[in-house]
Amino acid sequence: MYGTCDVSLLDVKNLWVKFPSRHGVFDAVRGVSFTLGRERLGIVGESGSGKSMTGRAILRLIRPPGIVEADHINLEGVDLLQKSEKDMRAVRGERISMVMQDPKFSLNPVMTIGDQIIEAYRLHSSASKAEAYTKSLEMLEAVSIRDPERVMRAYPHEMSGGMGQRIMIAMMLIPNPEILIADEPTSALDVSVQRQVLDIMDRLVKERGMGLIFISHDLNLVADFCDRVLIMYAGRIVEVCDADKLHDAQHPYTRGLLNSLPRLDAPRDRLEVLKRDPAWSDAESVSGRI
Amino acid sequence: MTMLDVNGLNVWFGKNRDRVDAVKGASFQVGTGESFGLVGESGSGKSTILRAITGLAPDWSGIITVDGTPITGKKRPRGFFKTVQMVFQDPYASLHPRHSVDQVLGETLHLHGFDDIDGRVAKLLDDVGLGQKFRFRYPHQLSGGQRQRVAIARALAPEPTLLLLDEPTSALDVSVQAEILNLLADLRADRGLTYLMVSHDLSVIGHMCDRLAVMRNGEIVEILDVDALRASNAAHPYSQQLLEASL
Repeated sequence: MYGTCDVSLLDVKNLWVKFPSRHGVFDAVRGVSFTLGRERLGIVGESGSGKSMTGRAILRLIRPPGIVEADHINLEGVDLLQKSEKDMRAVRGERISMVMQDPKFSLNPVMTIGDQIIEAYRLHSSASKAEAYTKSLEMLEAVSIRDPERVMRAYPHEMSGGMGQRIMIAMMLIPNPEILIADEPTSALDVSVQRQVLDIMDRLVKERGMGLIFISHDLNLVADFCDRVLIMYAGRIVEVCDADKLHDAQHPYTRGLLNSLPRLDAPRDRLEVLKRDPAWSDAESVSGRI
Repeated sequence: MTMLDVNGLNVWFGKNRDRVDAVKGASFQVGTGESFGLVGESGSGKSTILRAITGLAPDWSGIITVDGTPITGKKRPRGFFKTVQMVFQDPYASLHPRHSVDQVLGETLHLHGFDDIDGRVAKLLDDVGLGQKFRFRYPHQLSGGQRQRVAIARALAPEPTLLLLDEPTSALDVSVQAEILNLLADLRADRGLTYLMVSHDLSVIGHMCDRLAVMRNGEIVEILDVDALRASNAAHPYSQQLLEASL
């Protein structure tokens, strides 16, 4: 654990994300509260549990007709919900950065990778093109891409999913943000590369005192990598625990998820299938505030 | 009996300074009724092997024999797809967004010259555990797991004997992954299918397969039994490294 208690970087209280639809209002996130210190906070859950929506709501990336409501979303004491759209633009990228789920949709398909990284870098600093090029090569190497010169010349469709995601991470880290929201950053990567990418993020948390929100569906990874974990189901936090105690989790949903994983050391003929209880989604959200 | 024999397979993309050798001299055999896994990191060429077999990667050399028949060049004869079918990684991308489940399955059956299409579509849906109420839905009305079931039903439609599975569960939640893996195991037992399965997840391969090949930079570094894998008896340092990372 790092110094989690001294200052909380981010304080979210009673966050709701609503989407009006023909069948009434759909609540994607329902009354979620948590704080983030200079730590690695994991959010786990299945698709549709509202974990990505939570990340997007913090950056105010949810477009109308979607509605975001909260008592407050404080970034070092300043409420992000009160900021104008212009002020928000200074927050996004510079202070809070986000790595999205799918590199296929977050990279520009008609620009070379090199041009995109250089553009992102020069937007946040006054470096010359040559400096930006060298820095971009450095960042690509830092996320362990072989042959970075060829990658700089290539277009996104020539990259595999794993390489695309590493390029995204390289781009997001260049402006040196205080908080990084990583939405399934390593789901497209293999175990060996995953480790390297996690090490890079780990180093940033340690050395620069960055706060990390790590959104993932991979329980083992989160248990391994994060300090604290929020488990979400149907828009609510059903359980909050220390990551190293995740395997002793009490909630039946968390237990069900853990049991449905195939394991090398414990072979079984059939995998356990999760049986859902409607009561899980009705229960009040657990607070993740310290 | 050997269902699939791959000998000295090379696959490459592009030319001159942008040429990438995706697969270099890969050789392995898959017996009839066996389930064989390919593991490795992204870009190691595991999916490319599947694409070369089905004719989706045009530049390749080497010998590929499917059920005793050697295959050549880019084009595959029509009968080939009655033997070999593929399930793709991403069920969000592999189904036509404006075709209903009924059209997807019906078209496949029609192309393969089956009669009683109506009855067969109904049976296929039952086989993959979806049931009739899904028959006239469109892909956007289905969840990821249901879409992957439709993709599996489509692959099963021509009654193939060899199924190529390209990361069939990596886009799905763990709880849904468990359902799909159970379904695939049941189908193999019922129909005596042969699987060639690609995954980056060693525990999924360990659960589904009898033998596996570990790939790195386009080369097969080691072929081993799952029992040896479980006992951590991998010989090559790279396989040991993978094994450590997934325990």
